[in-house]
Amino acid sequence: MNNDTIVMSYVVPADDFTRAGEASSNVKGKLKKMGVPPEIVRKVAIAMYEGEINMVIHATGGTIDVTVSPEEILMVLKDQGPGIENIDLAMQAGYSTAPDNIRSLGFGAGMGLPNMKRYTDEMEIESKLGVGTTVTMKVKMV
Amino acid sequence: MKVNDIIEKCGFKVLNLGESPDREISAPYCCDLLSIAMGKMPADSAWVTVMGNINTLAVATLADASCIILAEGSRLDEAALQKAKDQGITVLMTELPIFDAALKIYQGQHA
Ligand SMILES: Nc1ncnc2c1ncn2[C@@H]1O[C@H](COP(=O)(O)OP(=O)(O)OP(=O)(O)O)[C@@H](O)[C@H]1O
Ligand SMILES: [Mg+2]
Repeated sequence: MNNDTIVMSYVVPADDFTRAGEASSNVKGKLKKMGVPPEIVRKVAIAMYEGEINMVIHATGGTIDVTVSPEEILMVLKDQGPGIENIDLAMQAGYSTAPDNIRSLGFGAGMGLPNMKRYTDEMEIESKLGVGTTVTMKVKMV
Repeated sequence: MKVNDIIEKCGFKVLNLGESPDREISAPYCCDLLSIAMGKMPADSAWVTVMGNINTLAVATLADASCIILAEGSRLDEAALQKAKDQGITVLMTELPIFDAALKIYQGQHA
C-alpha cells in the first residue's frame, strides 16, 4: 500500500435491486488490489453493502463516498429519503419496517444497521424526517 | 474439502461453475435471511439457502462464501444466473432440504 489518500464515489440508483451491491463489490475489488488486509476488506464490504441496500430499500438511492487513507477507510452514505424517526429503535437487532415484497427477497431481518455497527470501528447516523439520512462509518487499518 | 469435491461427493447439480472450483471451503452455513447471513457467515462457507435471487449472489461475494448451494429445488432467476456468470460464483442445486444438503457437505468434509 502506498501513502496516498484515494477517494471513490458512487451513485446508487433508486429501486434497482439488480444493481444494488455493485458499489460495495467495486470497492471490495479495489481494496483487494490495493493490498488492504482481507479482514479489513471484509468488514468494509459487509458494512457498505448493508448501507447501500438500505438506501435502495428504505430511501430513493443516494451517493456513497469512500476515502482510503493509510490509517482508515471512511464511508459516507447520503440519501434524500424519508429519514429515520427513531435512530435508537432502528439500530435494535430485529427492528425492520421492510415491506412484504422486500422481505420475500430475504431482507427484513432488521440486522443491517447492527451489522454496520459491528463491522466498523465508528458509526454515526444523522437523519431528518423528510430530508434524508447520512451514515458515516470508519474502519481502522490496524 | 474444496468446491470441486462438493460437486463430486454430494451429487449436487451445477447451475454455474465459478472461477475458483479449487477453493477450499470452511464449513456449511445455513440461513435465508440476507443480513443474518451477511453478519454471521464464516469466510469461505458453503452457503446453503433457498433464496436464488440476485441479492443472494451479492451477499455471497461480499461475505466471501466459497459457493452457494440452492436447496429444496430452488433455482436462480435469470438476473441472478447472469450475475453468477459475470462474477464467477459457483452455484449448485439440490432437491434436498437445507439441513440434509448441509449434512452431506459436513459428512463429505469429515469422512
Ligand atoms: N437509509 C435509510 N432511510 C430510511 N430509513 C432507514 C434507512 N436505513 C435504515 N432505515 C430504517 O431502519 C430500519 C432498520 O434497518 P436495518 O438495515 O437494520 O434492517 P432492514 O433493512 O429493515 O432489514 P435487513 O437489513 O436485516 O434486511 C429499517 O427497517 C428502516 O425503517
Ligand atoms: Mg437493512
